[in-house]
Amino acid sequence: MNSDPVAVQFESVTKCFSRLQALNNVSFEVKQGSFFGLLGPNGAGKSTLINAMSSLVVPDSGQIHVMGHDVQKNYRQARRALGLVPQELISDPFFSIRDLLIVQSGYFGLRGRAQLAWIDELLVRLALADKADALTAQLSGGMKRRVLIAMALVHKPAVLVLDEPTAGVDVDLRRTLWAFARELHTAGHTIILTTHYLEEAEALCDKVAIMQKGEIKALEKTQDLLARHPYRYLRVTLPETGSFNPQDLSPELAIRLAEREANALLFKIEKSLAMEQVLAWLQQDGLNIQDLTSRDASLEEVFLDLTGAQL
Amino acid sequence: MNWYGCWAFFKKEIARFYSVSVQTVFAPVVSTLLFLLIFGQVLDTRLDAFSGLSYSQFLIPGLVMMALLQNAFSNSSSSIIQSKMYGNLSFVLVSPISPLELYIAFVGAAIVRGLAVGMGVLLVGWVGFDLQWYSVGWVLLFAVLSAALMGGVGLIAGIVSEKYDHLAAFQNFFIMPLTFLSGVFYSIQSLPPFWQTLSMFNPFFYMVDGFRYGFYAQSDVSVYLSLFITLVFLVSVTVINLILLVKGVKIRH
Ligand SMILES: Nc1ncnc2c1ncn2[C@@H]1O[C@H](COP(=O)(O)OP(=O)(O)OP(=O)(O)O)[C@@H](O)[C@H]1O
Ligand SMILES: [Mg+2]
Repeated sequence: MNSDPVAVQFESVTKCFSRLQALNNVSFEVKQGSFFGLLGPNGAGKSTLINAMSSLVVPDSGQIHVMGHDVQKNYRQARRALGLVPQELISDPFFSIRDLLIVQSGYFGLRGRAQLAWIDELLVRLALADKADALTAQLSGGMKRRVLIAMALVHKPAVLVLDEPTAGVDVDLRRTLWAFARELHTAGHTIILTTHYLEEAEALCDKVAIMQKGEIKALEKTQDLLARHPYRYLRVTLPETGSFNPQDLSPELAIRLAEREANALLFKIEKSLAMEQVLAWLQQDGLNIQDLTSRDASLEEVFLDLTGAQL
Repeated sequence: MNWYGCWAFFKKEIARFYSVSVQTVFAPVVSTLLFLLIFGQVLDTRLDAFSGLSYSQFLIPGLVMMALLQNAFSNSSSSIIQSKMYGNLSFVLVSPISPLELYIAFVGAAIVRGLAVGMGVLLVGWVGFDLQWYSVGWVLLFAVLSAALMGGVGLIAGIVSEKYDHLAAFQNFFIMPLTFLSGVFYSIQSLPPFWQTLSMFNPFFYMVDGFRYGFYAQSDVSVYLSLFITLVFLVSVTVINLILLVKGVKIRH
């Protein structure tokens, strides 16, 4: 498993913006064929790390290799292997979407009928075909996002990096983008994704890294990370909680109360604790239980535990 | 070299100014011709700049050069600052185009725009006035080198400027005065000694003087001196640009 070839390698990457340490000695690797999630609160350094892969950010020290190419010394090969969808929406006041894609292909030395056919395919796949002749200024935010994805794919890069591709995107389009990303992944692309929607990372990524304050706090298979979290959540539905007083709970339950909803209580229960015991406590407190559901922790809850920060 | 990438970027730069050619080519031609109309009419009979030439004949190459310099400058400077503002500079920055290729494409497009505007002015001058063509070779050489130099200067200005204000300041306090005081409108031999000496420190003077030599075989200083100085500046500007682009000053973080 560990002998899989490496797609991207970060070695002791450090970056300061004046006095702010945006990246602090970041080292890890992403295997080829992986669908990798990079998570972390605002300002954690995710975009800085991603932009360093394409040299939009130049690290103070450390090395990055993309498909074995040093992004500084062999920048041409490294950039041919990399497609980057930036977090900020970018526009161009002069060129239509199709022309932008043709121009971008040209930068990579790509032209001719096959390339034009690929551009048309991208336009269709990203539901931009009817906007091919429009200027970026005439597009909605979600459409601009898709243009950026198409731009990153003109040269069919081995590694595709998506910096919050679904921020500000409606549910429908999010599903479409997920499907598209999965398809690219199946077709052999290595995908690195940052997102603030943890359900997205949970649904798509086989491995996730959690960043905070410029450092990697955790890096594991998504399944392992979830499993390592030794809690499960028990949701107790009550007729109504308006008159409910947390002081009425026995102390064992009171300390495990994670959240109070309109007509439900959410308890965070150690996995080591027998469910029978919990049920006994509930019964003992005489709660008028309407329904009970138990589930494992979500990535979001694991994340909160690890970073203490809200996404 | 990624020649096709460089070519693609050059073509994109051309397409950019061509798509707004009323503003980038036609307008500067017209405003330069206004100078010709006004100064030429008013001063034609009163001033003798070079022996045997009317003032208008003297003026036209200067105006052509002025328009060419200003437009070469403004092509690369406005292109790069606009792409920084819109963020689309990163499209080319993430591509396998080298700093040298980037420089060649920017300067190439600036030359094309400079020549296009210069030709526009020149055509009218040629039709309306009695231009002489002593040496097309010198004319072209100075036109191309000067446009390249100013394209390079514009690139530096665009790179270091963080907003349009900075660029406008550069243009108004540096480019404009230097072009106006470069002997476009007069022969520096008609100036008092102090101003004559000062003009010698103005690089634009040599470009205008050498360019005019190509038409009339007359100049204030030797055409070889003008060529040498223009080349020295062009090489310096090229070196500065390559350093800025390799380091990614103000375009990579
Ligand atoms: N060009 C820059 N100049 C100065 N500081 C910067 C620059 N880019 C990023 N920073 C700082 O570096 C830190 C990390 O920023 P970065 O954009 O990498 O965070 P992020 O993890 O992508 O956050 P978000 O989830 O909000 O996108 C922030 O504190 C930010 O202010
Ligand atoms: Mg970010």
